[in-house]
Amino acid sequence: MGSARLALTLAFSLFVQPVLPILAQSSQPQPAAPSFAATPEDGQWSMPQKNFANTRYSDLSEISAENVKNLQVAFTFSTGVNKGQESAPLVVGGTMYMLTPYPNILYALDLTKPGAPMKWQYNPKPAAAAQGVACCDVVNRGPTFANGKVYFTTLDAHVVAVNGETGEEVWKTKLGDINRGETMMMAPLVVRSKVFVGISGGEYGVRGWIQALDAETGQSLWKAYNTGPDQDVKIGPAFKPFYDSDKGKDLGVTTWPADAWQQGGGTVWGWLSYDPELNLLYHGTGNPGPWNPNQRPGDNKWTAGIFARDADTGEARWFYQTSPHDLHDWDTVNEMILLDMEWEGEPRKVMVHPGRTGFVYVIDRTNGEVLSAKPFHALTAVTGVDMKTGRLQVNSEKEPVNNRVIRNICPTAPGAKDWNPSAFSHKTGLLYIPHMNMCMDWESVEPNYIAGTPYVGAEVRMYPGPGGHMGEFTAWDIKEGKELWTINERFPLWSGALATAGDVVFYGTLDGWFKAVHARSGEVLWQFKVDSGIIGQPTTYRGPDGRQYVAVLSGVGGWAGSIVSNDLDPRDGTAAKGFVNAVRELKNVTTKGGTLYVFKLP
Amino acid sequence: MCSSFLRRVAVASAILIAGSVQARELRVCADPNNLPFSNEAGEGFENKLVSLIAEELGAKVSYTWWAQRRGFLRNTLKAEICDLVPGLPARLEGVRTTAPYYRSSYVFVTRSDGPAIGSLDDPILRQVKIGVHLIGDDGSNTPPSHALSRRGIVENVRGFMIYGDYSDPNPPARILEALAKREIDVAIVWGPLGGYFAEHESVSLKVAPVHPTFDGPQLPMVFDISMAVRKEDETLRQEVEAALARRRAEVNAILAAYHVPRLDSGLKGAGSSP
Repeated sequence: MGSARLALTLAFSLFVQPVLPILAQSSQPQPAAPSFAATPEDGQWSMPQKNFANTRYSDLSEISAENVKNLQVAFTFSTGVNKGQESAPLVVGGTMYMLTPYPNILYALDLTKPGAPMKWQYNPKPAAAAQGVACCDVVNRGPTFANGKVYFTTLDAHVVAVNGETGEEVWKTKLGDINRGETMMMAPLVVRSKVFVGISGGEYGVRGWIQALDAETGQSLWKAYNTGPDQDVKIGPAFKPFYDSDKGKDLGVTTWPADAWQQGGGTVWGWLSYDPELNLLYHGTGNPGPWNPNQRPGDNKWTAGIFARDADTGEARWFYQTSPHDLHDWDTVNEMILLDMEWEGEPRKVMVHPGRTGFVYVIDRTNGEVLSAKPFHALTAVTGVDMKTGRLQVNSEKEPVNNRVIRNICPTAPGAKDWNPSAFSHKTGLLYIPHMNMCMDWESVEPNYIAGTPYVGAEVRMYPGPGGHMGEFTAWDIKEGKELWTINERFPLWSGALATAGDVVFYGTLDGWFKAVHARSGEVLWQFKVDSGIIGQPTTYRGPDGRQYVAVLSGVGGWAGSIVSNDLDPRDGTAAKGFVNAVRELKNVTTKGGTLYVFKLP
Repeated sequence: MCSSFLRRVAVASAILIAGSVQARELRVCADPNNLPFSNEAGEGFENKLVSLIAEELGAKVSYTWWAQRRGFLRNTLKAEICDLVPGLPARLEGVRTTAPYYRSSYVFVTRSDGPAIGSLDDPILRQVKIGVHLIGDDGSNTPPSHALSRRGIVENVRGFMIYGDYSDPNPPARILEALAKREIDVAIVWGPLGGYFAEHESVSLKVAPVHPTFDGPQLPMVFDISMAVRKEDETLRQEVEAALARRRAEVNAILAAYHVPRLDSGLKGAGSSP
């Protein structure tokens, strides 16, 4: 099967449904970025989320819906690492920073010179053994820049600060031990003098935590666990959760069987948000582990939920559990976009969270009240969210348990949407969600073997959801709680989104198309085929020449693309927890890669 | 790559036939830190069995050490950095396995002064403190841990990560240390681990196979264990299988020396088990 022909088929197979004119929208004001995220555009992109509100929106508009069709490659750069590239290229001043998957090499490129030559590279030399511990490819979700330094995590659980000018290491702090299954891949969030990071490894029985480090020294300032006694979780008198199910003493102990909280998961590996006016840090917690659900009766606090914490002390203010007693591996890691909006006639400070559970949550970020939870994915495993209790309503017939074959579970283990972040346009007021459209069958019959011990593993097979496609790029009306338009994609979407004031929204596909679509109509205005699948986070910036550029890393991998980056056997559909079954064709349309692409107008 | 590998095996075989025992290399992947199965010092029973096979094949053993965690087969056998893995469940998907060379069972291990437990349905399991191994991947765990939760035995069960802390020796053995230290009253573990450490812990322990041997249709407590090669290495598979058969008595003696609980009465012939 020729890849050129396939590419052509793909180009024709995507279609836009239904194209609604934006004028038809209600006259009510759309949600808006809070003032702290709506500062005048400086043309830089200094953190993967763009701003503390996680909107991933740039006010640059040189590249517009009218001229984006002329976009062309300005320069490229090989990362030298052919693993999944989930990172975001950053630009500060005249320098671009980009981070590779393991071995986590940080490159600085000089944008003031033709072709953006390398200024320096910094190699933290992480332990090679960490590769065998990482759950799903050896990705990293990007560096962040603050205080003249570039901060990032390494797969072997270190946090590094590098001088942004010279590339010299300022500090390096070890926060976990790969011998115990602890790894890191998240992008840190830096708020003034603090670096916030969390630990990965829930499937190894790691007890999840988040820490604040001193941005100048790397010293730990506070550390809060997400399971265990209140004291460890930093739950005190200031903790005022909205729902009764989160009220009580030491729920991080009592909602578990004896001692199970000690290895209960609740790791932190997703996106962090920060509200400077409330001084609240928002983070999700991973799914409970390593027991399967019927071995850990109870709500398993404080896993699979959202914490609001005092950024200075780490003290919890509220918590909302998106998946109590999680059955499906639904970590709460996805982005929490901080917006201001009118709700039932009242102005509310909200966070918008497109969750793995299949719902876009609108939550009052001052107190954790769920204002709405509307589905954006085909659902059989869950039926809704009880607006009185906030509790996810689960269909017990789709519970994956041993000794049973369960078919047509939607969404799947990676959820309706995994880590890859949405973008919110300050201009259209819409949320652009790259997500999946997949279901799965579950059967626990496959013999398996680990560390000398045989067991029966789950045989999971994922496949396309209704419509036969696996990816969707959706423009979401937050207020109405419904999609405005959706672009169907053959493969699941694993790249982030970028919104711009030029009314152009960007994203990439697993088979290697980088696309620009009209922010209002969803019309595909331009697309470019890069050398490998895209799972990275596109960014945009104003170069030293005053021109607008758009940057993205290509290089397929991650959970969805590990069939290519890890050379998995397409005949074994159950590999990568069943993801291979869905994406077995991926090996026919893309190969490994690791290239930075930067585009501009002629 | 496959064809050049096969060619090399063919050449190696030809040399073997010609009587030269120097040229052949038996490339084995094993865990450097997981007794009683294998370790870097060659002290595991799989190390001893590999040496036997190498003798039969007139080959010199070279090990690639790799922790047997997720991605082990992908990074070792399938990446062609070795050709043989000495212990895997028979008929495991994705590889080609020899006829099984032993069959063992999950076992109850208790202190000699503790209760004698033989069945998952023994009411005492609702009273004593039980240790089981956890896998953690995909919500899958060891068969006994599922069998216990199916019976509602949850509160008195303590999980031990099979991965443990890899900077410690033989990480899966922590559960038996906990038993010796009276932190738990019974450990339910895979037979070879239980049999070996029952002999090596400071206190006297007793071992009994778990019954029923099948807990429901999908949870076997009993597994046949084979050696494995890549799918396309049928020639090597046959050689290893034949070597195991020819040295059957020594194989059995080695397994006995490591106190591997057997549910086969010493396999009578290669491929004889169902």
